[in-house]
Amino acid sequence: MNIHEYQAKQLLKKYCIAVPDGNVATTPEEARTIAESLGPGKSVIKAQVHTGGRGKAGGVLVAATGEEAFQAAKKIIGMTLVTNQTGPAGKLVRKVWVERATAIARELYLAVVLDRTAQKLAVIASPQGGMDIEEVAASHPELIFTTHVSPGQQLWPFQTQKLLHGCGLDGAQVQAGTGIIANLVRLAWEKEATLVEINPLAVTNDGSLVALDAKINFDDSSLSRQPAIAALDDIDQTDALELEAKQNGLNYVRLNGNVGTMVNGAGLAMATMDIIKMAGAEPANFLDVGGGASEDAIAKGFEIILRDKNVGAILFNVFGGILRCDILASGIVAAAKRVKPKVPLIIRIEGTNVQEGRAILAKSGLDFTMAGSMKDAAEKIAKVASTL
Amino acid sequence: MSILVNKETRIVVQGITGREGMFHTEKMIEYGTNVVAGVTPGKGGQTALGVPVFNNVFDAVKETQADVSIVFVPARFAADAACEASEAGIRLVVVIAEHIPVMDMMRAKAFFKEHGTLMIGPNCPGIITPGECKLGIMPGYIHKKGTIGIISRSGTLTYEVVHQLTSVGIGQSTCIGIGGDPIGGMNFIDLLKLFNEDSQTGAVCLIGEIGGDAEEQAAEYIQEHFKKPVFGFIAGLTAPPGKRMGHAGAIISGSKGKAGNKIEALERAGITVVRNLGDFGAIVEKSIGH
Repeated sequence: MNIHEYQAKQLLKKYCIAVPDGNVATTPEEARTIAESLGPGKSVIKAQVHTGGRGKAGGVLVAATGEEAFQAAKKIIGMTLVTNQTGPAGKLVRKVWVERATAIARELYLAVVLDRTAQKLAVIASPQGGMDIEEVAASHPELIFTTHVSPGQQLWPFQTQKLLHGCGLDGAQVQAGTGIIANLVRLAWEKEATLVEINPLAVTNDGSLVALDAKINFDDSSLSRQPAIAALDDIDQTDALELEAKQNGLNYVRLNGNVGTMVNGAGLAMATMDIIKMAGAEPANFLDVGGGASEDAIAKGFEIILRDKNVGAILFNVFGGILRCDILASGIVAAAKRVKPKVPLIIRIEGTNVQEGRAILAKSGLDFTMAGSMKDAAEKIAKVASTL
Repeated sequence: MSILVNKETRIVVQGITGREGMFHTEKMIEYGTNVVAGVTPGKGGQTALGVPVFNNVFDAVKETQADVSIVFVPARFAADAACEASEAGIRLVVVIAEHIPVMDMMRAKAFFKEHGTLMIGPNCPGIITPGECKLGIMPGYIHKKGTIGIISRSGTLTYEVVHQLTSVGIGQSTCIGIGGDPIGGMNFIDLLKLFNEDSQTGAVCLIGEIGGDAEEQAAEYIQEHFKKPVFGFIAGLTAPPGKRMGHAGAIISGSKGKAGNKIEALERAGITVVRNLGDFGAIVEKSIGH
């Protein structure tokens, strides 16, 4: 689960990490009030949406007065921000964060992240802050400093020093940096975050360290025991169909193609998408109906897929293992009769009791094309796709 | 031979009296798996499906000499249960549950290392040595005893591959689902090492998906050390970046974890990568015959 920058900054503050003074606004009037309350000097107005690249897309503006803050917020709130991460549809901005502008001497990078290769949490620091860390890793790998932390533990002082010296910090800044790293690691363990990224961590003109931007991801599997974190979820940031699917226990991801898919199991669902592409069409979605694939789940799956108007055909691909194909076939028939999909339906079932399952489908009166193997399914999709 | 489990393996089922535990234990026993004990706290002394139930794994090991455990307890308690098995001296723990908190798995992993315990999973179908031992939730009958080892990050995708192989008459030595989570137990390389030394296994199928770099690392290992033919498949060529595709571990982060890069790495290592899933059985058959 992702949270907004303003939520991340409020959390960092609770963990004694300095962030610029500021507050969140949902209207231009509120933005003006906040800017004025911050006192004299410039303020920064930042769009609060779950994406990087907000500055380049026009989602971050600087204001010298309360009136300018009002105008900036008026421009940003209600705009659809399109960045390299949002896709062409973009994301609607409903809130802005208004903070006091910081006089920056230098920008660093600091993060605690789940490192899958090491199977541990990594702490990463770089003197090249303010840019995409992957770009730094590619162009200047010698400027990335990484160390690992044992489960539930803190770094040893030598590890922290290696990171901070790598960032070119000295004297009192090392002490401040040591505190920030310890608090970031503590936050990751306590709140079960898989990414806590401060980019940039600013060295200000007066030499202090301030988190200017922050991104935090939490482990979805931990949310049931992290109610305070779960409450930070902003459902407006999730695609409406994906949200509805999730609430019904389905794993659905919307894509841009024209052939919908419904599959049991994530790996097979991805492979089914890939086969659609190879057949010359484009998958409209990823949908894992889960191991149970009950009639209700299938019916809901049909409804969600068909809500996407680009969908011109649906491929149903289920491998019945423990779940028998005859029970599955009855579920498909009942669900299809309820939802009445008006697009071509290609059904491929395989596995336990597949003959009985196919017989049930054949006798159902349902209008569909039966596919045998995966290969056969691909060919049948290719045929349908040529008419879409 | 086979790897990890065979007909001698003595199995304890943790959570045997739960709905999932009971259902799958019955299927495992039907398959001929040597289930010697079950564990459910508070139900010690009872029997379930003819199997003695103990209050904890320590008692189960002491009374039945169980050496391998399968954990069917809910996600919130699964890491704890697996660590109990580890401390009780169990050699190999298989964890089926999905949605185990990442931090739990990280702690458990360190615990297993300390105790020298092997772990498979979580979020996986388990392990099967066809004709000998079914330790998991996979449909037993699609398998056939033979010479192909299978290592996979996915459940139903593996069933599909196994089904295609069996349909063309090609059997399997041992099939292992290593699971779809970012933090897990044994990885591709750990298992390739075992298959390398296993006389029954003549070739291996490696089934991967987007996310992480386990396939790239496996490719490097295979190129340098693996002596047998490998057939690869990677799911998720059409998956968009930044989106979790069902499995917690199936996500492209920035430039990392893309299917294309994995396929390239495998092919560079001399591995036959099947592009169209529908061709899997036919390609293996053509390459190695029966």
